[in-house]
Amino acid sequence: MKYATEFRDPAAAKTLLARIAHVADTLGASREAPIPIMEICGGHTHSIFRYGLDKLVHEGIEFVHGPGCPVCVLPRARVDEAIQLATRPEVIFTTFGDAMRVPGASQSLLQAKAAGADVRMVYSPLDALELARRNPEREVVFFGIGFETTTPSTALAIQQAAREGLTNFSVFCNHITVPEPLKAILDDPFMNLAGFIGPGHVSMVIGTHPYDFIARDYHKPVVVAGFEPLDILQSVLMLLTQIAEQRAGVENQYARVVPENGNPVSIAAMADVYEKRPSFEWRGLGEIDSSGLRIRPAYRAFDAEEKFGIGYAGIRAEIADPEGCACGQVMIGHLKPTQCPHFGKGCTPETPLGALMVSSEGACAAYWQYGGARAAAE
Amino acid sequence: MCLGIPGQIVAITAPERMMAMAEVSGVRREVNVACVADGPLEALIGEWVLIHVGFAMSRIDPEEAEKTLIALHELGEVAEATGQMAEADRALAQ
Repeated sequence: MKYATEFRDPAAAKTLLARIAHVADTLGASREAPIPIMEICGGHTHSIFRYGLDKLVHEGIEFVHGPGCPVCVLPRARVDEAIQLATRPEVIFTTFGDAMRVPGASQSLLQAKAAGADVRMVYSPLDALELARRNPEREVVFFGIGFETTTPSTALAIQQAAREGLTNFSVFCNHITVPEPLKAILDDPFMNLAGFIGPGHVSMVIGTHPYDFIARDYHKPVVVAGFEPLDILQSVLMLLTQIAEQRAGVENQYARVVPENGNPVSIAAMADVYEKRPSFEWRGLGEIDSSGLRIRPAYRAFDAEEKFGIGYAGIRAEIADPEGCACGQVMIGHLKPTQCPHFGKGCTPETPLGALMVSSEGACAAYWQYGGARAAAE
Repeated sequence: MCLGIPGQIVAITAPERMMAMAEVSGVRREVNVACVADGPLEALIGEWVLIHVGFAMSRIDPEEAEKTLIALHELGEVAEATGQMAEADRALAQ
């Protein structure tokens, strides 16, 4: 069996899988009538496919791959705006490597770089700060993307830039938050999810209480989970146990890293620098109320949208997702990646059409890379 | 990007900017320690932390660090992170 060679503790995995199967049987779960569980975070999606957990668990457990991959939900219009910034002659545009290949309406940042734009891959927003110090005659813009895991890093970088009085550093802010899209998914009339595997490293920053509404208002269980395969299996068992006992609570499987109240320094920095936008566009999901962050007026000098008059501070172009692209339906669990007409044809990791094919955390790329899940094999 | 990588703090480099040197899977990288500091920065030397995009975000014990590193290796995330650090060094030198 695969887990005998791949798991560091195969006995523990075997025990967990047996216990999951037992509860799933008790609940009457089957391939025809599975229990759908959404893993919110793309890191979990990657881990589930890497270890083939979708194939190892009881056939009545269905993993639904949620919207927690920041580059996957970045809309084409924002990529285009990033390219507009990057092609300004005075700008050094800095970005995480993940965002380089995300397709805009006609180009990706990688293609813009090949065409002459000064786009540089950095590991940290602190690298962008250093570039600004070293290049006072240039404008250094950092492409701020990500959920609450990376939001504190740009907040702290902006605070540092303010302390130093840097005038040539700004952030093109695309930070988004986890709870709001979950609310949008839960409000979908076709929603049939039985529970959620909560993100580990987002929760390390924000704690577990931001998910309380899911249990309280929607009566769905949430288990915040680590990234190792045993963590994920343990979390599936904890979710099933709640379901079997007809409970809905927020539980923390990853307490060794996730404090109940999150990281206070990070939370304070985010609150100081950012405020909620009225709404923000998600690729495949459309505009979601209060789901994005913008830089507060006190730090306006570091806001690339304000500085260069683009994005929500300028005239926004309406750019639809590519024709037939099913990323949005995949992300809320209505379709499997293989049910998209473009999957593996017009859309592959080498030439992604939809964003779920770009990142290793995207459901489509994971399906492609690891040879498909149970559904693909059928 | 979203998965942090364990590193061990080996020195404090710029206390006024909360910067320290961390060793991450054989690579040395300056990181910000504002989110994990709750006393004198020197107390962090030798500690293991989970590093996200250049920021130490959580203290972890050595056993957790080792387990996480193994899992990240298998996901290809260690090579990705150290590759990004090297790429960033080139971007800075440009």
